[in-house]
Amino acid sequence: MSRQEEQSSGNNTERDYIVRAQDVRVTFKAPGSRDTVKAVDGVSLDVRRGEVFGVVGESGCGKSTLGRALLGLVPLSGGKVIVNGKDLSTLSAPQMKEMRRKIQIIFQDPSACLNPRRTVREILTEPYLIHGIRDRKKIDEEIGKLIDAVGLAPYHLSRYPHELSGGQKQRIGIARALTLHPEFIVCDECVSALDVSVQAQVLNLLMRLRGEMGLTYFFISHNLNVIYQVSDRVAVMYLGRIVEIAPYRSLFENHFHPYTEALLSAIPGTSEGTKNRIILQEEVPSPQNPPSGCHFHTRCPKACPICSKEVPAMREILPDHFAACHLYDAKT
Amino acid sequence: MNYNPQKTPKDAQQKPILEVRHLCVDFHTAEGTVHAINDLSYTLMPGEKQGIVGESGSGKSVSSLAIMGLIPNPPGEIVSGQILFHGTDLTRLSDKEMNRIRGDKISMIFQEPMTSLNPILTCGSQIAESLVLHRGMKKKEALAESLRLMEEVGIASPEKRMKEYPHQLSGGMKQRVMIAMALACEPEILICDEPTTALDVTIQAQILDLIRKLNEEKGMSVLMITHDFGVIREISDNVIVMYTGKVVERAPADVIFREPLHPYTKGLIGSIPRITKERGRLEQIEGMVPNPTEKIEGCTFWPRCSYATEQCKKADPPTVILGMHQVKCWRYREE
Repeated sequence: MSRQEEQSSGNNTERDYIVRAQDVRVTFKAPGSRDTVKAVDGVSLDVRRGEVFGVVGESGCGKSTLGRALLGLVPLSGGKVIVNGKDLSTLSAPQMKEMRRKIQIIFQDPSACLNPRRTVREILTEPYLIHGIRDRKKIDEEIGKLIDAVGLAPYHLSRYPHELSGGQKQRIGIARALTLHPEFIVCDECVSALDVSVQAQVLNLLMRLRGEMGLTYFFISHNLNVIYQVSDRVAVMYLGRIVEIAPYRSLFENHFHPYTEALLSAIPGTSEGTKNRIILQEEVPSPQNPPSGCHFHTRCPKACPICSKEVPAMREILPDHFAACHLYDAKT
Repeated sequence: MNYNPQKTPKDAQQKPILEVRHLCVDFHTAEGTVHAINDLSYTLMPGEKQGIVGESGSGKSVSSLAIMGLIPNPPGEIVSGQILFHGTDLTRLSDKEMNRIRGDKISMIFQEPMTSLNPILTCGSQIAESLVLHRGMKKKEALAESLRLMEEVGIASPEKRMKEYPHQLSGGMKQRVMIAMALACEPEILICDEPTTALDVTIQAQILDLIRKLNEEKGMSVLMITHDFGVIREISDNVIVMYTGKVVERAPADVIFREPLHPYTKGLIGSIPRITKERGRLEQIEGMVPNPTEKIEGCTFWPRCSYATEQCKKADPPTVILGMHQVKCWRYREE
């Protein structure tokens, strides 16, 4: 995506980016066969300091794997991830450990990611101990501030995860991610398991904390309404690739890629009703054997012969608004 | 409460197909008795699409299980009330009589197609099962009919899929098989319990489109249970909002979105992020759904309600009818 840098980011310097992905590829071995699955298939993006970068896509599109790749949690099979100007692959183990303080993750299922045999206090203390901070008084003071920041009370510290509700557990997940004063947090479907009233509370909390602590979020969700609510810029993923990337308002108003168009029109309960709905036929093809050319061509209502042959390049169609689709080949 | 579904004015004189009257369902657990459903009443007209919306623990799923006679007893128990299907009280039927209605006149599709299908039967024979049972068809005849049904619900290459097992199908396909099963005997009522919650949004659009088409073509009534207001808006004529096992508000779908009356409904609608509205801080309802074993005096919503008064803490409000609305809140008086 060097084109993106040249064209739209002329006024951005290296320091404005907190995380940069350059042609990132992640390949998994398919269980029980020799096939490989390209979970992330050449993704390039830049996350600007202080923004909420939303990633949306259907299950299996590789959005979670991409989030993990940005944190160095899965080995890359190609490309590189640069955090604060440092290529993660060049860091030594102690350097990587130090880096992990700055980059954190909040998971989807708060019940599954909190140790059931530890109290909330123990869960929140662990990151400090791992990073060699042993001053109990200081830790307790920090934890006290955190538990207050996420809207819980000090008595919750002596509770076990099973004694908390889903929303409370997610708040603990958030508090834990904040313990070491991170700069960049991957939020992986972090409100998807919550009821709507609790979801609103957690989203409001995340946005408040971002303002107070100057955080940058990489916000992964399958829910377009949630993505719209929180994101500054949004990337749409399909079968391991980014098909469109744009500021949120531009994306929701002028989406260019046919997949984005179909995805937006599929949101239930939007005002256009069911009249203009594009109902995509069939299902997402298996990532083990993705279609040739543009991955979307098998379901695309606007597919042309070239789509099955060539992978479309990312093009800037409006300022800062990129789409990878052959429909726009002639226009640039 | 007897206003008619908007889209079928010709049915105005028709009798309701299903009437739930003052239903109470308790679960006896180690922590105490949970009143999962508390005096639930509503009617469903022929051809009507009724939505039931609520957060987890509101009792929306239990109410549908009660209609199907699927409340596990123990620990569950229908304490009082009636469920009238064409005037017959389903709660009084024997298991054998209920078996004849379930899957024939009233069918249900569940949230998780993966756990609701039998993993060791092929899709075709699972669909055929209810035809053999309720329609007395021969196996061969039933299989031919299930092939037709699979085609009808939009399963590609149904001849091949018939012979496949559920694990070989994707989530959306499994949900289609579930729908084909539910439709096998052309039920009068289709109960959908979160039918699209486990599915991706493009697949969700396909399934909702199918349910809408079946409602229009076959005139079957649909009871759509979901936590997603978007789905409700998409598919319902009327909406029931449940909280702690009670109906707090009922109104035609377009009315409830335009002017919700109950503070809970207002909060719920305000708390949903939507791409059609301007961004801002989301409205939020403080606190959370109370622990079901907890006993709350008065209106069960008052601890979370910003309008709560002394009266709310003392007595449960009656249900009042205001124009198109039916609402259970002390802020409203009958006109």
